[in-house]
Amino acid sequence: MTEVFSATVIIGILTSGIRLATPYLYAAIGETFGQRSGVLNLGVDGQMLLGAFAAFYVAFTTENLWLGLLAAMIVGALMGLGMAYVTVNLHAEQGISGIGFYLFGLGMSELLFKMLLGTVETVKGFPITPVPLLSKIPVIGEIFFQQNILVYGAFLLVPIAWFILNKTTLGLKIRSVGENPEAADSLGVSVARVRYFTIILGGTLSGLAGASMSIALLNVFQQNMTSGLGFIAVALVYFGAWRAWGVLAGALLFSMVNSMQLWMQVLNIPIPSDIAVMLPYILTIIVLVATVSRVRAPSALTKPFDRGH
Amino acid sequence: MNKKNLLVVLVLALALVLSACGGAAAPEEVMEEKPMEEEAMDEMAEPFKVAIIMPSSITDLAFSQSMFDALLAVQEEMGGEKAMEIVYSEGMFVVDDAAAAIRDYASEGFNLVIAHGSQYGSSLQEIAPDFPETSFAWGTTLNTFDMDNIFAYEADAHEGGYVNGVIAASLSETGVIGVVGPIEAGDAALYVKGFVAGAEATNPDITVNVNWIGSFSDVALASEAANTHVAAGADVLTGTAQMVVGAVGVAEENGALWFGTQASQTSLAPDVVVANQVYDWSVALDEMLALIAEGTYGGEAYTITLENGGLLMDYNGGYELPEDVKAAADAAVAGIIDGSIVVPVE
Amino acid sequence: MRSRLNSLFDSLLPVLATFAALAVGAVMLIILRVNPAEAYGALWEGAFGSTNAMAETLVKATPLLLVGLGICIAFRASVINIGGEGQMIIGGILATQVGLTFTEAPGWLVIILAIFAGFIGGAIWGGIPGLLKAYFRVNEILSTVMMNAIAVQLMNFLLRGPMIDPAQAEKASKIPQTARLLDAFRLPRLAPTRLHVGFLIAIVLAIVVYILLWRTTLGYRIRAVGQNPHASRYGGIRVRRRIVTALLLSGALAGLAGAIQVYGVNYRMITDGSASGFTGSAGFNGIVAALFGQLHPIGTIPAAIFFGALLVGANKMQRVVQIPSALIIALNGLIVVFVVSSAIWRKRRQRRRVSVENDEENTLPPDLGANVPSPEEAQIS
Repeated sequence: MTEVFSATVIIGILTSGIRLATPYLYAAIGETFGQRSGVLNLGVDGQMLLGAFAAFYVAFTTENLWLGLLAAMIVGALMGLGMAYVTVNLHAEQGISGIGFYLFGLGMSELLFKMLLGTVETVKGFPITPVPLLSKIPVIGEIFFQQNILVYGAFLLVPIAWFILNKTTLGLKIRSVGENPEAADSLGVSVARVRYFTIILGGTLSGLAGASMSIALLNVFQQNMTSGLGFIAVALVYFGAWRAWGVLAGALLFSMVNSMQLWMQVLNIPIPSDIAVMLPYILTIIVLVATVSRVRAPSALTKPFDRGH
Repeated sequence: MNKKNLLVVLVLALALVLSACGGAAAPEEVMEEKPMEEEAMDEMAEPFKVAIIMPSSITDLAFSQSMFDALLAVQEEMGGEKAMEIVYSEGMFVVDDAAAAIRDYASEGFNLVIAHGSQYGSSLQEIAPDFPETSFAWGTTLNTFDMDNIFAYEADAHEGGYVNGVIAASLSETGVIGVVGPIEAGDAALYVKGFVAGAEATNPDITVNVNWIGSFSDVALASEAANTHVAAGADVLTGTAQMVVGAVGVAEENGALWFGTQASQTSLAPDVVVANQVYDWSVALDEMLALIAEGTYGGEAYTITLENGGLLMDYNGGYELPEDVKAAADAAVAGIIDGSIVVPVE
Repeated sequence: MRSRLNSLFDSLLPVLATFAALAVGAVMLIILRVNPAEAYGALWEGAFGSTNAMAETLVKATPLLLVGLGICIAFRASVINIGGEGQMIIGGILATQVGLTFTEAPGWLVIILAIFAGFIGGAIWGGIPGLLKAYFRVNEILSTVMMNAIAVQLMNFLLRGPMIDPAQAEKASKIPQTARLLDAFRLPRLAPTRLHVGFLIAIVLAIVVYILLWRTTLGYRIRAVGQNPHASRYGGIRVRRRIVTALLLSGALAGLAGAIQVYGVNYRMITDGSASGFTGSAGFNGIVAALFGQLHPIGTIPAAIFFGALLVGANKMQRVVQIPSALIIALNGLIVVFVVSSAIWRKRRQRRRVSVENDEENTLPPDLGANVPSPEEAQIS
């Protein structure tokens, strides 16, 4: 049992956790933008799947990973465009449209996989790129700075998202549209344009999340390979209370506990595997209960507005 | 305004479809891939009609594909589509959808309906009595419910698992082996039990770490489990079910060896895959077809084993297996066949 | 008279939207070199083509309707319950356990107990997110998503361990399933098809939920909380309690759906490791059905049948024209998007009507978009 606390295990848990957190970060930060502007997108998983396929297929056929990345972003953005049109112009109920787009992405990615590839293939994904100097730091270097480029990108996205949302005019517009669209509108902010922007951005980032799986971390594509990961990403936005740093905390917590339970099984800690697999889900809820009871959540709860008028 | 919106919706949806289809290749390329000779054979004598219902996809490199490939092989043997018609329903993970499919195929006069998943048993038990002229088969199990139009089939997954375990333990230098599985039940649990037994019989000091990830689809968690094994010192990995495709890549990246099961996974990582236990159901299918031809529609149960050739050890030609290890593997196969090795599964 | 015509048009709108989506699907079929007429013919045939087909449609619609009724209650209280999958599983497990425990009891008693157990199981699994939301401000989307995953693992754990079929426990290949329920415990069938009494139970419950929401004080309070929590609070309604009640009832109905799936269709619990293997994704699709039915319990009946027909028919279509099942999933997604988008024409007409006739029925749901909490609840950091 003492080996539980050995350096190998701790470094192992942290390194795995960082990798596992990557797709959640892209998708959840993207979703944060959308929700901050007032749009709930439950279709993240579908966007990720189509993005993952596009990235994989293009990288597989052209042998150019960057083109794959671009393809994932374009496909994600197009899915976002569809979502934006349906929710902004047609005022469709958001949650349900998201489920529709999820199903579309789930089915379409598998269909294309069958038609264009036919069987599971592999690509040489983005290699591990140690950061010069930083990767030489003992322990920390190994955990944080010996990853692939899309992992770094995911973590860099957090301060960028925080900066955009809190320190720029664009961020102010996004927040005001999500907070009080009528007021924003009367101040000359185009609610529709802002929402188009955030939803398309969200789609693009979801596409990247898919790409981070199919051409960087796993280097394969398989039907439903995200396995509901996009829904967890949406949940993490709530965990983070619509703040980039909060989302980071949620993604890291969930992923670290997940990698911890993998280690628990490897170390033969005698609990049934199913119970171990449950841990990240249970702990995420418990941590949220524990923290929220101390920090009071926003008091302006569920103040709906009718965008129709 | 209304009409305009409707139009935009249509165009948008089309654009989505096409853009998605487009990806990089034009959709026309796709068309040639789907064989469409069905009309041609309609005129000929009535072929033997087989329908199969599978939980995952015909290209899963695992359980479903193993049966579909076997069917195609049998079809080839019998003289192609003129002699045998195959239709399939894949992705039937919802049990009552599968039940509807089974009933539907039976009522359309298919000669043999294969319900390829142990979760379909209850439905089959319900449906089979209504179609005494139709032959049903299901697996993996040996339970025919004592009905004379149900065949059952099963794979002794622990046998090849044992052989894989023997090779794995012989090749491991660190003395640590990692296993990635879905949930600890059924075929997967059987394979893993055999694998552990084989490894421990070869090297009593070996450590076999097993990770059950609780899902048949979570590719990301399966490959992170493989990463965990590598970090814990494993230099040989194995895994079962369709979500391990990512784990094979992890093995390759880290120079760890990989052992496959159900179908050959060599194509995923030709440098590190050592051996696969491949299911060849055609052994069982041939016997069923022979019985059906004689007018017996069921009542028999088949187990594919190393002995009857239903389980095959498929070695990757690209990996140079040391001769003594190959000899040990062959000895294990021989021992299992002649009964001198009994793989413990309890 | 005119309002009749109007409501007729309104109810036809989802059908028109479905046709539009099928038209897009036809393009996809043509790309796959499949004749759309043949494919859609099979879809119709599979859903309504025979007595058996219609029965299958209704069997499929039953869990959708039950989950959808729960969704009506939750969404009316402005609570998004996407935990239907987990709630069905827990309901199914408890109900199964009843049947496995009381093997000596008479069938009718076991069935009643089992349905009650399913109700309780779902209520627990829905009540927990309710409590978490009301008293700990844990968003219900987060908690229900997490609780779904927990329920799946719990099911896997129970079915391969404590609840495993004794016959399987002895075998080497331990199929993760419970023993089969006794024949006496099966829900009675309504015709020589698979249609079982569960469908009638669901219809009756639709009426009960309608009465609950529009003819009782509790229902009034639930709806008031959904419309305007602040005003409700000033009006003396205990908002937190109503939120818990709404999620609890919503979960209970989903749990009931799980129990009915076991006693009416599967006669045992079996897991393939995922939620949808047992639920058939009814926990999600029920949301769609409820929204197609405009969050009205009675409207959810045809919506659930419609969606059930689509699912059953689509499976038939896959069998007949041999297309990958993935196309069907994508097509369902398109239909959902199209139908939900088409609501704008209904809303516009409604608005016009209100200004002209001003005779809006009080049963019409409020604007759906307004019913779903937006992140206005977020604070600006």
